[in-house]
Amino acid sequence: MTSTTSAPATSTAQRTTIAKALNAGMRAAMERDPKVLLMGEDIGKLGGVFRITEGLQKDFGEDRVIDAPLAESGIVGTAVGLALRGYRPVVEIQFDGFVYPAFDHIVSQVAKMHYRSQGKLRLPMVIRIPYGGGIGAVEHHSESNESYFAHTAGLRVVTVSTTDDAYWMMQQAIASDDPVIFYEPKRRYHERGVLDLGGATPDLADAPMGLHEAAVRHEGTDVTVLTYGPMVKVALAAAQAAELEDGPSIEVVDLRSLSPLDTEVIEASVNKTGRCITLSEAQTFTSIHGELAAHVQQHCFYHLEAPVLRVGGVNIPYPPSRHEEVFLPDLDRVLHAVDTVLSY
Amino acid sequence: MSDEEVARSAAPTTPAGDLPGGSAAAPARGLHEPPERDITDGGPDMVQFLDSEGRRVPLTDVNSPYASFLDELGPDDLRGMLRDLILVRRVDSEGFALQRQGELGLWPSLLGQEAAQVGPGRAMRTQDYAFPGYREHGVAWCKGVPPENLLGMFRGVNHGGWDSNENNFHLYTIVIGNQMLHAVGYAMGVQRDGDVATGDPDRDTAVMAFTGDGGTSQGDYNEALVFAAVANAPVVFYVQNNHWAISEPNDRQFRVPPYRRADGFGFPGVRVDGNDVLASYAVSRAALERARSGEGPTLVEAFTYRMGAHTTSDDPTKYRISAEVDIWKAKDPIDRMTKYLTAEGLVDQAWLDAVAAEADELAKRIRHACQTMPNPPHSEMFEHVYADPHPLVEREAAEFAAYMAGFED
Repeated sequence: MTSTTSAPATSTAQRTTIAKALNAGMRAAMERDPKVLLMGEDIGKLGGVFRITEGLQKDFGEDRVIDAPLAESGIVGTAVGLALRGYRPVVEIQFDGFVYPAFDHIVSQVAKMHYRSQGKLRLPMVIRIPYGGGIGAVEHHSESNESYFAHTAGLRVVTVSTTDDAYWMMQQAIASDDPVIFYEPKRRYHERGVLDLGGATPDLADAPMGLHEAAVRHEGTDVTVLTYGPMVKVALAAAQAAELEDGPSIEVVDLRSLSPLDTEVIEASVNKTGRCITLSEAQTFTSIHGELAAHVQQHCFYHLEAPVLRVGGVNIPYPPSRHEEVFLPDLDRVLHAVDTVLSY
Repeated sequence: MSDEEVARSAAPTTPAGDLPGGSAAAPARGLHEPPERDITDGGPDMVQFLDSEGRRVPLTDVNSPYASFLDELGPDDLRGMLRDLILVRRVDSEGFALQRQGELGLWPSLLGQEAAQVGPGRAMRTQDYAFPGYREHGVAWCKGVPPENLLGMFRGVNHGGWDSNENNFHLYTIVIGNQMLHAVGYAMGVQRDGDVATGDPDRDTAVMAFTGDGGTSQGDYNEALVFAAVANAPVVFYVQNNHWAISEPNDRQFRVPPYRRADGFGFPGVRVDGNDVLASYAVSRAALERARSGEGPTLVEAFTYRMGAHTTSDDPTKYRISAEVDIWKAKDPIDRMTKYLTAEGLVDQAWLDAVAAEADELAKRIRHACQTMPNPPHSEMFEHVYADPHPLVEREAAEFAAYMAGFED
């Protein structure tokens, strides 16, 4: 951890970025378990195109931080073999839109190895994917393809929105005996937050939450916004804006885990507010949005005052970046949806 | 087809391996004009020790680098090879029969490829790890996987009824080519464990990845070769070029034979007579020892032929001519090994009769195991989706159990 500001001398809490927290999480896992190794394109000397693995090859060597040939199927496919040999590979897909060559391995092999072996084999691997838009990138660099993987039984799919989660969830994902698709909100990489390392010798038992628990980031009484990853910040901004204007009271639930969903927290929140909006960058058609809406209508039916609204990308390919501003949900679209569900 | 085309497809042709200078340059041809196909003759580069008549091939520049591995074999080893060939064929024919009797949903036959599998199977050491496709019943046999365990997935009671780590034989992989990368990753793990080039024969480990000629078209196959080369991984790629990928002849998969493609990836490639168990054994031994000693990957192309259908689901009479099959019948791996060992005085009719009886017993055992294999309880389908608890699976399992409990027995 290189970035420390204004942390109290007696505490391990510090302000840092999500990027550095992810790095610190991987470092802690590698220090704890010699079987943890990293593999991906450009992750060694360069530290990855987003520098998330910066310095790790220098400290852990080329055998544990492996610069892979430029082939995603190869990266994930060989990681399967490494996991079968007893390693815990953490692989980096450089950008969301580059995961598709590895899709076959992820859904056919990674997801199913434990099942097809009747529990005899385990594939403890993490597939890190920087995802989402908002950075002005060219095509294939801004997608939110989490629904593909959440749809596949055998995979766990998680995503982070805070420095604390970046640090702890990374370690929890690596420690999981199941394969985990770990989505990193690339446009939030450099946002700072407080990170509590938990102690001089970080221990997973110090993690503030379980890997699959949802977090209520902002309490409210009028409407629930179910969101995750890069959109948590947008939802919180909407909640705060509404609060400042004496508007509706918005509860923001950060799902953190997309498979499994923490349905207890979801249902408790919607049962309390009676109104629900789903918010993510992903196109809404056959998406996490749809699963959330279906779940809420089935399990919270008698508490609902309005239909569940989905606020997400429109159902087109991710557009050229000059359209991002209107493609990606923003505070106004969230508040507009809030007004709509309150109008019933 | 024109007369000329019929003549060309039926007759032995110039091996593509004879293209001058190893160049991939091919003569110009029309879109629908097939390249000349190397269907009967492995060409001058093919390592062979037993010809079709079961006679030992004299030492040549091509086979002599591998001859020393045969010198190590005693009479029991040679008889053991023939016994394996015969029993593996019987395992296969029983699998086929069980499918026809409705006991199995599907069976991929290895008929004709027994030597191509028993060779590497016997060349592997206990610690060596095999990553098969789904036709490697002979390798499974040599690795000690009980043949009845192979039936579960084809009967539909499981997706693989053996513990891969018990015999170092991974589960069958259905998606063509995936296992090639798994093998390379496993081999990278072997390297990191320091289990190569120690000089300890019980420790040094190689990994063997199996696929067919169709598999060589896959991206995964080619990525596996790249990753293995770059990592200098202790892996042997073993391509059983059985000439047919379901209905597609191998000229739909490549213009340059698989063994020659290895050069482009930066490691050796060898073509071996896959119907000659001595040759496939010796070449596999050499490649495995090379891997174990830290010298990196090798690509072995076993030149063989799939005598039956791709699986019990297809009908090869729709896509190939019987003259081609007849040519390969004459190259039968069991016939030639039997002739060789008989001529050498190592087996006689009494020995063959005893193995035939053993095969009958084995078939009976497999049939009984298949017919009495219990259906798993349906609740089992919810097990092992995840290693750690997953609330959705648990909830659905409970709902399913409650629903099923509502029915009368």
